[in-house]
Amino acid sequence: MIIEMFRKPTKWSVMKELILKDIDDLIIGSLGIVAFIAFFVGGVVTIQTALNIDNPLIPKELIGFATRQSILLEFAPTFMSIIMAGKVGSFITSSIGTMRVTEQIDALEVMGINSINYLVFPKLIAMAFYPFVISIAMFLGVIGGLMACIYGGYASTDDFITGLQQEFNPFHISYAFIKTFLFAFVLATIPSYHGYYMKGGALEVGEASTTSFVWTSVAIIIINYLATQLLLS
Amino acid sequence: MIEVKNLHKSFGEAHILKGISQTFYQGKTNLIIGQSGSGKSVFLKCLLGLYDYEEGSIEYDGEVFANLSEDKKRDMRAKIGMVFQGSALFDSLTIEENVMFPLRMFTKLTKNDMRERANIVLKRVNLEDAHKKMPSEASGGMQKRVAIARAIVNNPKYLFCDEPNSGLDPKTAIVIDNLIHEITEEYKITTVINTHDMNSVMEIGDNIMFLKDGIKAWEGTKDDIFRTDNKVVTDFVYSSNLFKKVREAVLKENK
Repeated sequence: MIIEMFRKPTKWSVMKELILKDIDDLIIGSLGIVAFIAFFVGGVVTIQTALNIDNPLIPKELIGFATRQSILLEFAPTFMSIIMAGKVGSFITSSIGTMRVTEQIDALEVMGINSINYLVFPKLIAMAFYPFVISIAMFLGVIGGLMACIYGGYASTDDFITGLQQEFNPFHISYAFIKTFLFAFVLATIPSYHGYYMKGGALEVGEASTTSFVWTSVAIIIINYLATQLLLS
Repeated sequence: MIEVKNLHKSFGEAHILKGISQTFYQGKTNLIIGQSGSGKSVFLKCLLGLYDYEEGSIEYDGEVFANLSEDKKRDMRAKIGMVFQGSALFDSLTIEENVMFPLRMFTKLTKNDMRERANIVLKRVNLEDAHKKMPSEASGGMQKRVAIARAIVNNPKYLFCDEPNSGLDPKTAIVIDNLIHEITEEYKITTVINTHDMNSVMEIGDNIMFLKDGIKAWEGTKDDIFRTDNKVVTDFVYSSNLFKKVREAVLKENK
């Protein structure tokens, strides 16, 4: 499917509009839920960390440090991607699957259009903007943590911000975004595959969406493990 | 003209098309009829190049489709219009955008020229007021007419229709039949229709092929179908009492 995606490209004037539409559907349309989840999960990470520090010898800056590490390394890139496998992945599978069931893909093929290029390529390009979503998740996760810390009275703003800056390794940002790009590729291709090659009717579209969510999540977890092993160990 | 020679198609052990040869003429409505499971849809999909076949050949005006390069196949497909059983309109596009779609893909017309051409074709199928509607807002008959408009907007040389009347009321079905017939004659298109609607057969069947179990069992025109003694055909076509009576009346009148 991936090789086929680059053969017989669709006219650029048409492709441009498809890419913009997919950026709107997949990226812009996900910002609301990403912002909401990131903000509150950031807050929860901070509260959990603060509540588990009962030794007075442990500095309060650790709360900010732990929040930053959790959000930057795992929550924003990996767990947000699993959430996106449900939102974006299901959307991709069901929209392409419905086109398969209602013969819209056959209509494209009959017209001599490379349907894989027409349907999947714009999604792949749109998902190249996925790191933008994840950077917003990182930012709002930390802000959520800061808010929870201040309003919960777990540490002072200075302590939290000092913790955020402590032992900062810039490579962790690169590591997070390398993972994010890999996840973006998975999020665009696995759901497209399940939608494109599905057979049957409306019920099977639902089944294909579920299957695609499961396989996308599995792929994300495995890639996460391999990327961590390769890049950080 | 489309010429099919000795076409064989199997799915695993199941031999679906067993050596079909047939000519589909330009400017005529060529009908493929037969019971469900007789191989009509598989045959149509072979004609469209959606299925590969094991043996035989399909020639579009003397050119064997399977032997064409990918680029030439794409050029050939740009000359094909298709009306699908379920219309297959693109959900995310308005009716006007659906009709403009082949123009956007295959021509270098400006947006205004495309819109103008789409309006002409939509007028031709009596849908001049539906431009901005989404396909989901259109009735089954309207969707079929939009599908016909989309199929003819780029002046195709070949028009394929898969069960164009399925799910339509008898009055709308006749409108669709007549529309396809008129367009075929007007634009000198080679039209191939896959149907088991006997009204269509009687109304617009210039050249009819009857398929049974993957074999061409009969060929003729809508007039021939009244006179034929082929039992397989008469059992299928005149399975209803009404058609039996119509046939008897026509034969009596012709004597």
